[in-house]
Amino acid sequence: MLRQIEGSRAVAETVALCRPEVVCAYPISPQTHIIEALGAMVKSGSLTPCEFINVESEFAAMSVSIGASAAGARAYTATASQGLLFMLEAVYNAAGLGLPIVMTLANRAIGAPINIWNDHSDAMAVRDSGWIQLFAETNQEASDLHIQAFRLAEELSVPVMVCMDGFILTHAVEGIDVPEQSVVDAFLPPYEPRQVLDPADPVSIGAMVGPEAFEEVRYLAHLRQLDALERIPSLAEAFAEAVGRPSGGLLHAYRTADAETIVVALGSVLGTIKDAVDARREAGERIGVVGITAFRPFPGDAVRAALSGARRVVVVEKAFSIGFGGVLSTDVAMATHGGPGSLRTVIAGLGGRPITRRSLEVMLVAAGQDQLPPLTFLDLDHAIVERERGRMTRTRRSGPSAENILRDLGTVASRIG
Amino acid sequence: MFQIRIHGRGGQGVVTAAEILSVAAFVEGHHAQAFPSFGSERMGAPVVSFCRIDSRPIRTREPVMEPDAIIIQDVTLLHQVDLFAGLATEGFVLVNTSQSLDDLGLGEFGRPFQRDRLLTCPATEFALEQLGKPLPNAALLGGFAALTAQVSLDAIDSAIRQRFEGTTGERNVAAATAAYRFITLAKEELTHAATD
Repeated sequence: MLRQIEGSRAVAETVALCRPEVVCAYPISPQTHIIEALGAMVKSGSLTPCEFINVESEFAAMSVSIGASAAGARAYTATASQGLLFMLEAVYNAAGLGLPIVMTLANRAIGAPINIWNDHSDAMAVRDSGWIQLFAETNQEASDLHIQAFRLAEELSVPVMVCMDGFILTHAVEGIDVPEQSVVDAFLPPYEPRQVLDPADPVSIGAMVGPEAFEEVRYLAHLRQLDALERIPSLAEAFAEAVGRPSGGLLHAYRTADAETIVVALGSVLGTIKDAVDARREAGERIGVVGITAFRPFPGDAVRAALSGARRVVVVEKAFSIGFGGVLSTDVAMATHGGPGSLRTVIAGLGGRPITRRSLEVMLVAAGQDQLPPLTFLDLDHAIVERERGRMTRTRRSGPSAENILRDLGTVASRIG
Repeated sequence: MFQIRIHGRGGQGVVTAAEILSVAAFVEGHHAQAFPSFGSERMGAPVVSFCRIDSRPIRTREPVMEPDAIIIQDVTLLHQVDLFAGLATEGFVLVNTSQSLDDLGLGEFGRPFQRDRLLTCPATEFALEQLGKPLPNAALLGGFAALTAQVSLDAIDSAIRQRFEGTTGERNVAAATAAYRFITLAKEELTHAATD
């Protein structure tokens, strides 16, 4: 039933419908509402059988999830930002051991400077960990992706991270349909572990592997991700059939059929981009959008096919590799290597800076006139940067840059955008 | 699309107000989106929340930069925050105060606006009467319904009851109704004044 509810609430209810047996998490904004809601459901008995385990850190949260999953339980957790970094070693272990944990990542910037707002730095920091990473465009998709994530994870014995933009999605209230329990039960069979710690049939999990086999174990993990490239579209089809709406898949193409310029992005900014693209279409530009849902595994073939007709590709990213440039852009460049078009990277929305349709349109006009530099930082305040650079040139002890810039800006509480 | 921005201070229910408004719009069959300004949540700090109402699905995720209506929960923000940024002269403004616009120093500011779209409402007083607490949310939403006609009072009441059960819900509904009547009357008086 369609209800007007918060994104976090919808995700919590959906995760509960997936019948997790262990939920273990440590609170961190903007993930907190999801975990609070699940904790309340366990306590009230509406989510049963399920154990909610309080822990002292994110490292413990992922470690307990690993233990629970290895013992054959369907395990779920959620985190963001610094929390994800704090559990990083265990994040790699979950993937390396092939344990099908599902985790919500409520995307948030990474400090320093400390920042609670949204960007994709956290997801990008674990890009190579071996987790499948799915990005939600809307709260409806965030909710739906969790159901698909459990099935995908368990079929392939690979952990899956559902990335949803912190605050922008987690704290947004909008119309969301959470499916019926019977629909979820029909789509998601009970967890049948490939490996399990069972006293009646003892095994050890987590062997030390030397040079004689490490590469093979890692290659197997790569093959499982390649298998996921096949499974993700078919699961999305099965989901559409079961639930009655499209959600998930490798990517979503929008108005790309005749597009000369195609914008590529991840997550909720796709909504604003589509509005900007519609406006540019009305101005006569042939422009479209490709939203990438599956970031890991990266759907290179599908991206190449989707971008094959474009003369220009503009990748809008909420994260970047300092000292180099775009992260998603690099993957898109590899996928389209030797393609006909130009590729431009636009870094936007860092640390929660609003990505406005107006700024996107100005950028797209420049792109359409081939005036966009290879790397652009959207809405960057160059004057503020130059002021601090000047200070650093003039004075050896110029002090901490973040504090200097905040002083230059004055009060920020009065800002709306 | 109709876009609303709500200004208040942490603890006054700014975020809740936008959420309830979005539920009211949803109840009436509209697409609606409510979200906070994502600031650090501190008591007393300036807080902004946003609500969009449309007949079509809402895709944009940007903050409301060009609101059709502004609700000001706390007039002490007048000297701290650029409350009216992006507001066109045909926009709506609802200010929670028992003072007049002139008393607030907004007389000159208000002149370009349509007189019956820039109104004050003693929402905190209505809240104190009905709830015994200075929580002006429900009253302001009732006032908003009367001011803009974007949602009905029934829808606001229904959304309030979804949020607050039992007596609390009913008292908030009473506050919303009182404010709705107050704004309706204020608009009628302005209409009469214009025809006189």
